[in-house]
Amino acid sequence: MISLTINGAQRDLDVDPQMPLLWALRDSLNMTGTKFGCGIAQCGACTVHIDGEPQRSCQTQVGDVAGRAITTIEGVQGKVAEAVRTAWRNLDVVQCGYCQSGQIMSAIGLLTQTPKPTDNNIHDAMDGNVCRCATYQRIRAAIHEASNNLG
Amino acid sequence: MYANQIYNKRAPAALPPVSPSRRDLLKVSAAGALVLGVLPRAFAEEAPGGGKALGQTAGNQPNPTAFVRIGSDNTVTVIIKHLDKGQGVTTGLPTIVAEELDADWAQMRAEFSPANVQLYNNTLLGPIQGTGGSTSVANSWLQLRKAGAAARAMLVAAAVDAWKVPAEEISVEKGVMKHKSGKSGTFGEFAEAAARQPVPPEVKLKDPKDFKLIGTKIHRIDSNIKTDGSAIYSLDVRRPGAAVAVVMRPPRFGGKVKSVDAAAAKAVKGVVDVVTIPQGVAVLAESTWPAIKGREALKVDWDDSAAEMRSSADMAADYKRLASNPGAPAAKAGDVDAALKSSGKKLEADFFFPYLAHAPMEPLNCTIEMGADGGIDIYAGSQFQTVEQGTVAAILGTTPDKVRIHSTWAGGSFGRRATPNADYIAEAASILKATGGKRPIHLVWTREDDIKGGRYRPMFYHAIEAALDPSGGIAAWKHRIVGQSFARGTPFEEVMFKNGVDVMAVEGVADLPYSVPNRYAEWHDAPSPVTTLWWRSVGHTHTAHAVEVMIDELAHAAGQDPVAFRIPLLKDHPRHVAVLKLAAEKGGWGEKMPAAKGRGIAVHESFHTFVAMVADVTVDGGKVKVDRIVAAVDCGIAVNPDMI
Repeated sequence: MISLTINGAQRDLDVDPQMPLLWALRDSLNMTGTKFGCGIAQCGACTVHIDGEPQRSCQTQVGDVAGRAITTIEGVQGKVAEAVRTAWRNLDVVQCGYCQSGQIMSAIGLLTQTPKPTDNNIHDAMDGNVCRCATYQRIRAAIHEASNNLG
Repeated sequence: MYANQIYNKRAPAALPPVSPSRRDLLKVSAAGALVLGVLPRAFAEEAPGGGKALGQTAGNQPNPTAFVRIGSDNTVTVIIKHLDKGQGVTTGLPTIVAEELDADWAQMRAEFSPANVQLYNNTLLGPIQGTGGSTSVANSWLQLRKAGAAARAMLVAAAVDAWKVPAEEISVEKGVMKHKSGKSGTFGEFAEAAARQPVPPEVKLKDPKDFKLIGTKIHRIDSNIKTDGSAIYSLDVRRPGAAVAVVMRPPRFGGKVKSVDAAAAKAVKGVVDVVTIPQGVAVLAESTWPAIKGREALKVDWDDSAAEMRSSADMAADYKRLASNPGAPAAKAGDVDAALKSSGKKLEADFFFPYLAHAPMEPLNCTIEMGADGGIDIYAGSQFQTVEQGTVAAILGTTPDKVRIHSTWAGGSFGRRATPNADYIAEAASILKATGGKRPIHLVWTREDDIKGGRYRPMFYHAIEAALDPSGGIAAWKHRIVGQSFARGTPFEEVMFKNGVDVMAVEGVADLPYSVPNRYAEWHDAPSPVTTLWWRSVGHTHTAHAVEVMIDELAHAAGQDPVAFRIPLLKDHPRHVAVLKLAAEKGGWGEKMPAAKGRGIAVHESFHTFVAMVADVTVDGGKVKVDRIVAAVDCGIAVNPDMI
């Protein structure tokens, strides 16, 4: 039995400790907001926060994150999260939307660390999040807007 | 907010499917909402015709359709017959209804329709329920305007009955009906009474100058649920008792299973079964991770006797050889060979276009199960519902009407989900059949399956010879195209082939907009077991590039400015010229560029939309970086300009 702390709640799972956190979230816990895109940390769709840091859940084994604070798109909250979501909605960033959970988790991570990011900071922080609809320009604009609104 | 149409077990219950019969449409639904039935017999007859992408129109069969549901909670739900894979039809189509209905945008909802070609035919592609060819707004335009106007008329008629005032004295604005006497009422208050009104045989549509919503920026209806993780894509569907299946497919296209050793796969904890299907070998497990691990342990020997064994380089050499044979003529005017010999400066160019994977962000997947009533339920981002119903019915020995499709959000498509053989949904049906329908099957493709799994944009080879006219125009243009037809041997062949030519392989060349007196274009099929498919913009993905690069080369050879060179050659194509001029103006065409930076321009029409682009690029050590694109787009009426 592995005990995980997800969005502040303790969840006990009887799974292979090598199972990627992605599949534990999606299949064992039915938390499907975190997306499967590639399974090899090349697309960022599965991004969650572990102890506040954006991480690819497809390359994170559940056995390695017992007891650490895991936050998913369903549970992420606070001033930065609200500002990011609001900016995303204001600018109509989403298209198919499939990558956007990961984009938002990466953007929240960025703005938490770097409240006033430059375009280069955004590029570096968001480089691992692929959007097949190519919403990149709006993502960048939304991060700037969220940053401005956070004061 | 999006209507609660969720097939995940977190949801309390899925909404009942929209009932197909008119009688049912007019009664109070189980959910308490009222369904405004609209019987657009006349609407179907007046639907816009002349579809280009897939040829024929649906004809004039009287299709009773239902697109609008007004709830006593004052919501207006528009039933969406198309797949939303990001293009935004769940916002654009409700905008059209809301406009004629004079609804408040905040009360609008969207809900995916069931699969039913009688109700939800694509009037430009049909008879088929399907999404593609840039037809979603175009084929819905009159249908939904009339549905919205009819619903408005029925609401007003209900108010007339209640208030005993003439209809002309009732105004409707933002979902509220008002009379000068001070009486007013919301759509919700009159929903039930409106549903009892007769459907008007004729409705008056708005003068476009009175549009309030169409042509404005309206926020997407799906922004909230796509930013909090609650939007349900087919990969998020959870059906009770479902087994997850992954399939080992032949490593070479055209290969077949020779023998299977499933012992190690079955030993993986969580794996429940291994079955052979026509497409490969499926590993079934209690969840995704053990299914993937089980497949890693699976041993299969393959029969490659009918497989494609050539490399890309071998195939390219074959394509070049094919181009020297006589092909199937796709366009002919004047005497191109004589003109190439006798004219002025001559240019030759050839182009290779590689296979391209669509790679939608959401890996292909779907869930299929036997319903308690003997029907089949499919949960998928289905793009050609009618094809999928027919194919699955044939595999499972039932009739298409017994195959229900529950549409979900789709994480991209780019053409990949629109297949003539139902592709991955057919695979899932084959697994359901092979396992006796005991459990629902959730078929999941991994990203590797997606990239290696084919249905690519075909590889293409173009060879062009052209000659300048001494007076500054183009005297001759000879264009040979080699590439695989993905329509051949499919149900689409009949409409996709014209005079022995796959029209999708030559679109953008056969209908070259530039005026050239001596012209010839031909196509050569290049069959292969490699599976191919339309990729976003279909033939134009390669023809636009080849044609526009060649035009640019000719302009340079003629010593002319690329914009000035194009304009007289486009004399019969004013919409090309208009976007070309606009892009040139907005893109600063003619400005001097710094060293190592360049500016180029191109114009093309595909699917009735005209686009010109000015690209600023930096060349650095042989690498090209795109700095800026300025695009001018003429797509006709832009329902929501921010979402084009």
